Amino acid sequence: MRRRESIALAVVSLVLVAVLPALNALPPSSPFHVPNFTLNLFGKFLTYAILALGLDLLWGYAGVLSLGHGVFFGLGAYAMGMHLMLEIGTQSVYQNALPDFMVWNQVKTLPLFWRPFHSAIFTIVAIMAVPALVGLAFGFLAFRSRIRGVYFSIITQALALSAWLVFNRNEMNLGGTNGLADFKTIFGFRLNQPSTQRALYVITALTLIAAFLLCRWITRTRAGKVLVAIRDSETRVLFAGYAPANYKLFVFVVSAVLAGVSGALYAPQVGIITPAKMGVLPSIEMVVWVAAGGRGTLIGAVVGAFGVNWIQSWLTTSYPDVWLLFLGALFMSVVLFFPDGVVGAAARLVDTLKRLVPSRASTPSVGPSNLDVVESEPTSPTPLQ
Amino acid sequence: MAVTRREFLKGSVVAGAGLAAGVGMPSLITAQGKEPVKIGVLHSLSGTMAISEVSLRDVVLMAVDEINAKGGVMGRKIQPVVVDPASNWDLFAEKAKQLLLQDKVAVVFGCWTSVSRKSVLPVFENNNGLLFYPVQYEGEECSKNVFYTGACPNQQLIPGAEYLMSKEGGSYKKFYLLGTDYVFPRTANKILRAFLVAKGVPAANIEEEYTPFSHQDYQTIVGKIKRFASGGGGCVLSTINGDSNVPFYKEFANQGLRSENAPIMAYSVAEDELRGMDTSALVGHLAAWNYFQSVDTPANTKFVRAFKEYAKKTNLPGGESRVTDDPMEAAYFGVHIWRQAVEKAKSFEVDKVRAAVYGQTFAAPVGTIKMHEYNQHTYRPVLIGEILKNGQFKIISRTKSNVEPEPWSKYTSPDKGCDWIKHQGTYQKKA
Amino acid sequence: MRFLFLLLLVAWLAAPAASHAQSPETLKALADLVVDDGDKREAAVTVLGTTRDPKWLEFLGALRDGNVYARGQGKAAEVVVGGAKSTKGDQDVIDIVTAYGRRPLGTVPVAGLTEIAADRRLRIAIKPFLDADETRGQLASPDPETRRGAAMKLGHQAEASATPVVEAAIAKETVPHVRHALEEALAQIRLAQSDAAVRVLAAQSLGNLHSFDAVPALQKLASDPAASRAERDAAALAIRQIERWSLLVRAVETLFQGASLASILLLMSVGLAIVFGLMGVINMAHGELMALGAYSTFVVQNLFRARWPEWFDAYFVVALPVSFAVAAAVGVVLERGVIRRLYGRPLETLLLTWGASLIIQQGLRLWFGAANVDVSSPRWLSGGFALMTGLTLPFNRLFIIGLAAVSVAGMYWLLFRTDRGLTIRAVTQNRAMSACLGVRAGAVDAVTFGLGAGLAGLAGCALTQIGNVGPSLGQNYIVDSFMVVVTGGVGKLAGTVLAAAGIGELNKVIEPALGAVFAKVAILIAVILFLQRRPAGLFATRGRGAEA
Repeated sequence: MRRRESIALAVVSLVLVAVLPALNALPPSSPFHVPNFTLNLFGKFLTYAILALGLDLLWGYAGVLSLGHGVFFGLGAYAMGMHLMLEIGTQSVYQNALPDFMVWNQVKTLPLFWRPFHSAIFTIVAIMAVPALVGLAFGFLAFRSRIRGVYFSIITQALALSAWLVFNRNEMNLGGTNGLADFKTIFGFRLNQPSTQRALYVITALTLIAAFLLCRWITRTRAGKVLVAIRDSETRVLFAGYAPANYKLFVFVVSAVLAGVSGALYAPQVGIITPAKMGVLPSIEMVVWVAAGGRGTLIGAVVGAFGVNWIQSWLTTSYPDVWLLFLGALFMSVVLFFPDGVVGAAARLVDTLKRLVPSRASTPSVGPSNLDVVESEPTSPTPLQ
Repeated sequence: MAVTRREFLKGSVVAGAGLAAGVGMPSLITAQGKEPVKIGVLHSLSGTMAISEVSLRDVVLMAVDEINAKGGVMGRKIQPVVVDPASNWDLFAEKAKQLLLQDKVAVVFGCWTSVSRKSVLPVFENNNGLLFYPVQYEGEECSKNVFYTGACPNQQLIPGAEYLMSKEGGSYKKFYLLGTDYVFPRTANKILRAFLVAKGVPAANIEEEYTPFSHQDYQTIVGKIKRFASGGGGCVLSTINGDSNVPFYKEFANQGLRSENAPIMAYSVAEDELRGMDTSALVGHLAAWNYFQSVDTPANTKFVRAFKEYAKKTNLPGGESRVTDDPMEAAYFGVHIWRQAVEKAKSFEVDKVRAAVYGQTFAAPVGTIKMHEYNQHTYRPVLIGEILKNGQFKIISRTKSNVEPEPWSKYTSPDKGCDWIKHQGTYQKKA
Repeated sequence: MRFLFLLLLVAWLAAPAASHAQSPETLKALADLVVDDGDKREAAVTVLGTTRDPKWLEFLGALRDGNVYARGQGKAAEVVVGGAKSTKGDQDVIDIVTAYGRRPLGTVPVAGLTEIAADRRLRIAIKPFLDADETRGQLASPDPETRRGAAMKLGHQAEASATPVVEAAIAKETVPHVRHALEEALAQIRLAQSDAAVRVLAAQSLGNLHSFDAVPALQKLASDPAASRAERDAAALAIRQIERWSLLVRAVETLFQGASLASILLLMSVGLAIVFGLMGVINMAHGELMALGAYSTFVVQNLFRARWPEWFDAYFVVALPVSFAVAAAVGVVLERGVIRRLYGRPLETLLLTWGASLIIQQGLRLWFGAANVDVSSPRWLSGGFALMTGLTLPFNRLFIIGLAAVSVAGMYWLLFRTDRGLTIRAVTQNRAMSACLGVRAGAVDAVTFGLGAGLAGLAGCALTQIGNVGPSLGQNYIVDSFMVVVTGGVGKLAGTVLAAAGIGELNKVIEPALGAVFAKVAILIAVILFLQRRPAGLFATRGRGAEA
C-alpha cells in the first residue's frame, strides 16, 4: 500500500512539476501547448490545495472546524502583496514611491509597519510568522478555555468578519476594499512574463508536494494518532493524561502557516489580493473543498480544492446563474450522502469492485485506514426513532 | 429559468444572424469568412453588485442586437461572450484573462466599481486588450487600453457641489461629505474638498465620513448630520454606493430631516437603484448625472421604449417597468462608438480601433456626445435632477453644451494631464 | 357734497388696489418678458414678484416651469400661459389662459406660439419670490412634517415680514412639536431684529425652547462686539441651556438607539437560540429564512397594492403572520427533509444548512431578480414620535422594540406555560426518556424548528421597514445573530435577551467614539474574550455529562 502510494505520488508530482510547465513552454502553435491562462489557473488551484491540506489536517484529523481560515490566507497574501507593492516603486500611475492607494488617501510618508517589507527575507519570514502568531494567539485563548465544537466554529467566523471589516478600512493603510494590486515584478522578475508565471507555478507545485509530505509525516507520528483520538473523543484523551489543547494548538498553527504560504503564492499569480478573500463566505467555501474531496485523507483535500474550483471556473463562464445553486447542492449532498467526499466514495467503489472480482482470497478491506469520519462530539445519545 | 433565458438569447442572436444572412446579405464570402466577431461582457450577474451591473449587461446585449439587425460590424455579426465575475474582484481579473486569452474577444464592455476596474487593468494592459468602462469614477487614471465613457469628477462631482453653492441651488455653506469606504468616494471627497476650499468654504464647514459596503445602521451618522446642519445652510454630498442608500435615506427622513432644509446630492443613485427603494423618503433630494431617463429628446424616447420592449421580449425580471440610467446610456453608446470606430479603421485591431475612436461623435439619447481627441474620455453634458415619487428625476439644471473631461482634476493635480497623442498617457505639465 | 367727496375719496383709495393687478408697471413688465434682453426680463420678474400678488406668483411659477408663451409678434404680442397639449387632426394644439387671472382663451395651434424660455438667470431671479410664497403656503399644509419644515425654513431666513404669518400659524396649530417649531421660528426672526430688548427676550425664549437650530445665530450674537452686555449674556446663557439639554438628548438618543439595535438583534436571534438550544442545530440558513419573511412581506404588499389599494396601510398587519407561516413552512420542510438525518452532529448540520442557504438565496435571486425590491412603509409606521425637543423616535423602530418584546414574551409563555412547551423542554433535556414516556420526539423536533424558523420570518418582515430587501439580506445579519446566541448561551431564554441588550447598548455607546466599523470589531473581540471566561455563554445548559 505504502509503496503503491509512493509511486502514485511520484507520478503525480512529476506531471505537476515537470510535464505541465514543459508543455506550456512549447510554442503556441504546437498541439500539446498548455496555454498560459490554463497554467496560471492551475497554479491558483494548487495554492488552494495547499490551504486545503492545512485545513484537512485541522478538521479531518483533529476534528476542529475553522470557518475563518481566510484570515490566515489573507495575512500571508498581504505580506507578499506589501512587498510586491513596494517593488513597484515609481513605475506606478502616480510615479510616486508610495503605493497608489496611499497617494489618493493623501498619506505622505510610508507607515512604519510597511517599511520592513522592503526586504525580501523579512517578507518570506513574515509570510509564515504573522499567520503563525495570530493563530497562536487566537488558538491559545480559544483552546485553553475549552471552547470547542460549534462555539469554536462560530468565533472563527467572528474572527473572519472582524478581519474583513478592519482590512476594508482605508485608515489601516492596507488598500481598503481595493486591496493590493497591479504588481509589476516579483524579486526582480517581471510578472507579466510567461517564464515568471511558469516559475511561480513550479514553485507552487513543489510547495504543495512539500506540504503534503509534511502533513503526511505529522499524521504518522504519535502526535497524529493523538489528534485522531482527540477528534473521536476529546474527553477520553484528557482523562488519558494528554493535554488536548496543546495538540490542537499545534495543528492550528501549522494549518495557519500553510494557509499563509498558500496566500503568498496566490498573490503574484492572480495579481491582486483584497479583503474579500478574508471574509466569512470564502472561508466557508474553503471548508467545502475539503469536505467534497474527502476529509481525513490528505489527497482528498487536494482533489477537492482542485475539483471544486475548476467547476466554479467552468460554471461561472457557461452557466453563471447556476453556480450558487450548484455550490449549495454540493454542500448538502456531500454532507448527506458523501461524508467521505470524492476520495471516500472512490475508495468504496474500488472496494465494491474488488469484492465483485474474486481474484484473491483477500479479506474485505474496510477502506483506507483513516477514513472513518464520524462527528466527534455527539451532544446527546443516539435518538430512539 | 435563467439558463433557458441565456440560451434563448444566444440562440436568438445566432438565429437573427442566420436569418439576416440568408435574407438580406449578398453572398460575399471574403477571405476572412463571415464568421461572427466576439466581444466580451464583463459584468457581475450575482453578488452585491449584481443589482447595478445586470442592467448594463442587458443594455449591451440590446445594442448588440440592434447592430446585428443592421448587418453587424463590417459585415460580421457580433457574438457576445457573457461571463459572471460574481462581484468578486479576483474573479474579475481571471475572467478578463479568459476573455482576452481564451475567447480572444475584440473588445470588452465591463466593470462597474473602481475596484473591479483596477483589478482588470493590468490584464488589459499586459495583453493590449480594449475595455469600454461606462461608469462615473474618480479620475486619476489614463490607461491606453480603456475608454472611459462615464463621468470624470469635473463632469459630475464638481457641478453637483457647484449647483448647491449657487443661488439657484440654495446657497449652501456647509457640506457633509459622506461616502462608502473605497477608492471612488475617498478620491471624490479629496477632490471635492479641494474644490470647496478653493471656493472659500472654511474647513470647519466641511465634514468627511465613510461607512463600509452594506452598512445598515445610520442612526448615529444621521444624528451627526442633524447637528452639523442645524441653523440652516447645510447639505450632504453623498457618494454612498449600493444598498446602504436605502437605510440611509430612511433614517434621514425618520429623524426629521427634510430635503428643503438639508438636501442630499447623491452621486451614485440613479433610476435603477430607485427602482428597488421606497422613494417616499427620497423625494426632493438631488442627483448629478450626465443623463436621466426623463431627458426629453426624440433619441431618448426611442431608446427608453426600445429598452422596455427588449426587457419584455427577453423576459428580464421587471419587464416593462425596467428603467434606463446614466451608466446604461454610457454602455449603450460605448458599443455604438466601438462599431463606428471599427468601421472607420476597417479593422478590429486594438491599436487601429483606438486611433479611430478619438474624436468620434454619436447621437446618444441625451444628445450628441463626443469622444475626446486624446485623453480616452468622453465629452458629456451635466444634468442636475430632483427625485420624484415615481423613481424618476425632474431635470432642474443642465449645461448648455458638453463638458470637457479632465481625468486629472485641476483642484488636486493641476500639474498633471493625460494625452495619448503627444505624450504617453499621464504626463507632467510644464509650469 | 360731503357725501360725493367721501365717495371720491373711497374710490381713489380703492382704485389702486383694484388696478394694482394690472398697473402700468406690471403691464410693462409683462411686455418686457417678450423682449430678448436678459436685464429687462430679470427686472420684469422682480417687478412682478414684489407685488406679492398670488396671481402673479402663480404666473411666475408657470414661467419657471416653461409654460409661458408669447402669441403674436412685436408690440401686439400677448403673453399667455399654456396648459394641456393635445392633437387635433395632424396639428399639435394647446389650451391657453391669460397671464394674470388665468382666464381661458381657447385652444390654439402650438405652431402659432413662441415659448418664453426661463433660462438660469431668470430662474434664479424667480426663486426667492416663489420660495417665500411656497414656504408660507406650506405653513398651511395638511401634513405636519411639511409645516414643521416650513417653520424651520422661515426661522433660518429670519425675515421680519414673516412675523404675522408665523403668529397666525401658532394660534391655529394643534400639533405640539409643530407649534414648538413655529415658536422657535418666531424667536429666531425676533433675534435678527434691531431692537436690543427684543433680542434679549428672543434669546431667552430660544434658551427655554432648547432650540438647537438657533445655536449658530446665538453664538454670533454672543460674540458680537456691537451688541450690549445684556444681549451677549442672554445669548451665552441660552447657549449653555441648550447645550445642557442637548447632552441629555444625546444620552436618551444613545439609549434608544441601543435599545433599537438590541431589539433587532433579539428578534433575529430568539429563533436561532430556540433551535440551537433545544435541538443543538446550528442553522446557517437562518438569515435566508429571514429573507423569505421579507420577500413574503413584499409579495403581500404587492397584492394589497393591486387588489385592495384603499386598505394598503393594513398590508403590514397581514404580512406579519404570513411571513411567520412561510418561513415556518420552509423550516419544517428543511427539518423533515434533511436536518433530521444529521441529528446529534452539529458541525455537519452547520455545513448542510449553509448549503441550503445558498440554494434559497440563489432561488430568490432567480425568482425576484438580483436587484433589491421596494417595500414601502405603511403610513402608521412612517415618521416618528417627538419625545422631547430635538429627539424623534421613529415609529418603525418603536414597533420593532415592541415586536421583539412580544415575541420573547410569547415564547416564554409557550415554552413555560403550555403543555406543548413542556413536551419541547422535555425532549430537549432527555430525549430518550421523553420518548419512553410517549412523546413523539420527531414531531416535537419539527414543531420546534418550525417555530424558530417562523420567528426568523417575523424578523425579516420587521426588517423590511428599516433596511433593504434583497437576496443577500440574510448575509448581513447572520453573524450578528450567532454572536448573540453564542454569548447568551443556550440554557435560558434570558441569556439571549441579556446578550442582545448588552451587545446592542455597548455597540451604540462606543460607536460615536470609534466609528461604526471599529465599534463592531470591538464588539466581536469582546465576544471572543467573553467566551474565554464562559465558554458556553452566559447561561449554559447544565447537564451531567463530562462535557458540560
